[in-house]
Amino acid sequence: MTRKRRRLYIALSGLLCIASAAALILTAFEDNLVFFYSPSDVQAKGLPEGRTARIGGLVQEGSVEHLDGNRVEFVVTDGAHDLSVVYQGALPDLFREGQGVVAEGQAGDNGVFQAREVLARHDENYMPAEVADALKESGEWRPESGEGPREAEGQ
Amino acid sequence: MIPELGHFALVLALVLAAVQGSIPFVGALRGDSRWMDVARPAAVGQLGAIALAFAALTHAYVVSDFTLANVVENSHSAKPMLYKVTGVWGNHEGSMLLWVLMLALCGAGVAVFGRNLPATLKARVLSVQAWIALGFLSFSLLTSNPFERVANPPLDGNDLNPLLQDPGLAFHPPLLYLGYVGFSVAFSFAVAALLEGRVDAAWARWVRPWTLAAWCSLTGGIALGSWWAYYELGWGGWWFWDPVENVSFMPWLLGTALLHSAIVVEKRDTLKAWTILLAILTFSLSLMGTFIVRSGLLTSVHAFAVDPERGSYILGLMGIATGGSLALFAWRAPVLKAGGLFAPVSREGGLLLNNLLLATATATVLIGTLYPLFLEALTGGRVSIGPPFYNYTFVPLMLPLVGAMGIGPFLAWKRADLAGVLGRLRMAALLAVVVALATWYLQNGGPVLAVLAMGFAVWLLAATLIEWAERVRLFRIPLADSWRRARGLPRSAYGMSLAHAGLAVCIIGMIGSSAWKEELVEAVQPGDSLQIAGFTLTLQDVETRPGPNYRSTTGVFEVTRDGRTLGMLEPERRYYPVAGRSTTEAAIRTNGLGDLYATINEPPEEGQDWTARIYYEPLVPWIWVGSAMMMFGGILSLADRRLRVGAPRRAARQGAQPPAAAE
Repeated sequence: MTRKRRRLYIALSGLLCIASAAALILTAFEDNLVFFYSPSDVQAKGLPEGRTARIGGLVQEGSVEHLDGNRVEFVVTDGAHDLSVVYQGALPDLFREGQGVVAEGQAGDNGVFQAREVLARHDENYMPAEVADALKESGEWRPESGEGPREAEGQ
Repeated sequence: MIPELGHFALVLALVLAAVQGSIPFVGALRGDSRWMDVARPAAVGQLGAIALAFAALTHAYVVSDFTLANVVENSHSAKPMLYKVTGVWGNHEGSMLLWVLMLALCGAGVAVFGRNLPATLKARVLSVQAWIALGFLSFSLLTSNPFERVANPPLDGNDLNPLLQDPGLAFHPPLLYLGYVGFSVAFSFAVAALLEGRVDAAWARWVRPWTLAAWCSLTGGIALGSWWAYYELGWGGWWFWDPVENVSFMPWLLGTALLHSAIVVEKRDTLKAWTILLAILTFSLSLMGTFIVRSGLLTSVHAFAVDPERGSYILGLMGIATGGSLALFAWRAPVLKAGGLFAPVSREGGLLLNNLLLATATATVLIGTLYPLFLEALTGGRVSIGPPFYNYTFVPLMLPLVGAMGIGPFLAWKRADLAGVLGRLRMAALLAVVVALATWYLQNGGPVLAVLAMGFAVWLLAATLIEWAERVRLFRIPLADSWRRARGLPRSAYGMSLAHAGLAVCIIGMIGSSAWKEELVEAVQPGDSLQIAGFTLTLQDVETRPGPNYRSTTGVFEVTRDGRTLGMLEPERRYYPVAGRSTTEAAIRTNGLGDLYATINEPPEEGQDWTARIYYEPLVPWIWVGSAMMMFGGILSLADRRLRVGAPRRAARQGAQPPAAAE
């Protein structure tokens, strides 16, 4: 067992680790990347069939409707386009009309998004980066109305 | 007046850090012991000054001094005292103050306990420590001064984010920060060693206790955070592979690798450059964690108190620390000579495998965490990477690690007999297969990965017990002799066994709750009953109860099993009038084998049904038990005489040391 041999073994096992990790990552990327869509994206490109996706925007004022069987329906908007979302279960504490929201789920029948999860935030003034970008793209970004990320005041 | 004193103390700490970062460093270069001796009083003084600043801010919170902007934004006079105190670090400015306090604590610890360190090494370590402090103190003073006054003090404050008014806030951030910052000591030692161009067994013995202490804190901090996220609804459960969770986990993974590679440096005087690199990367990942959490760069369920502007300052600090130290590494590492040789199957080989797998696992977590950023920068596409990604990448890398963990402690240094070791582990293998098959049968073929992982966890647990039993020669010699041997084993040996067994217990808990969780969401009225996992929950009443700064709506559930009353579950909805927000407080009842978890939500309109969410989470308590075992294993090891901070002296003899019986 010379020093050179040992170094070779270490390098080889290191390469083996890296190669297997790369293979695992690439296969996992194939199926497990969840893309984000704003309502405008959904309008333009549509949601992929049978794949998990995230959508986000503002919860439209007055759009939250409680259906039977514990289901909730609401409309997510980025100002330019709207998207109906149905979710079964209890909404997170910081879910509000007029606030940013991100939902994860799949495209359902007749254009209604079936959410499996509605993501809650720790901070009510926090705007998910995706939602902020989507609003900026559609020209609905109004940081002064308090729906943007907090300015330098800190929390 | 007191806030100004605090502010002044913080500036004083900055000045002391500048002194500590320059004079001892020049002293070490010139070999001037008087210049080097400046480090110790400077480090202690810096701790004193920051502690004073921290005390001043705490005082402002305790007496509700609403002339301070920070107190106005994050406190309220009616808030319970516990949250007035913990609210000090429940915000950006205060948490940075806590961060520098922990940093100063570590620096002063090295200064006070490091009496046996060679003078130049100590001076350099403390200088590097002071450079880090300089960066963060200036960050605190220039961009996030906690002592800022408001021109027109309001009568009362805006209250702390109700979600943070939780006992979890008292312990989770301080422990986590102590862990993050504790790795700065290993980093400083690494940079100092590179400057000196010398790494030997003694160096590793000085670094190990610090790494171990940081690792224990980080383990505790992550476990508490996980527990908090578990009982807080909407935070994704005990582990969500959320960016903020990942960034605390990566330093833990690499820190674990560092802990093990430092053993090789200490015992066999080899893998030196690798260990140095691990020390640098571990702290760099801690800095990255701070940056990501503070900047809100990545979408997270745990994002609070974020500020993109100030994040760039930390990014700069991180760039300097990581880039500078890696450049130094590239320049100086070739100076470090490799020591003892070893065969691939040996204790060194096993520890190296541990390092390779942990480093690869860290890399997969890093890629999963940062990939959305890269993709957005390159293509503008926005993606998120959730738990399935990690189940396909991280878990398959961990299984061989867990398998190897069972074998590793049996291997001899230099060259080991793998077939012999496997022969001694026959019983463990048999038990693992039996448990895996039993699980498979009981859960009707359950998720394959869960069954497999269960087998691996049992293997690790059994192998760890067998290793201990062989050391005390249990049942081979009279019990009294075994007992004597057991008492004679070093504490670090028990530490290892406890930590390894803790990981096994932890894994069993993780499998249980991810694979066999039961969930029930129902609309209920008082009088309704729900059935889950053999338990019956009856909603007896919904009561309104007053709290110190909130109103609570409490659902009173009676839990019965086979007609026997087991107790009550009282989930709450709390409304905080000052913040104008509600929180959901889950009620949890555990029997050690599983948790009953209940929450209740108000009807959408008056007179309609309440919404009850009931979960049965099998084996979840094992996660906390296992984490506690890991943490106490570390503490036990830390209490070992050989590892006591500052105790070891540099050996006069160079080269390989006789391998000790235990570690």
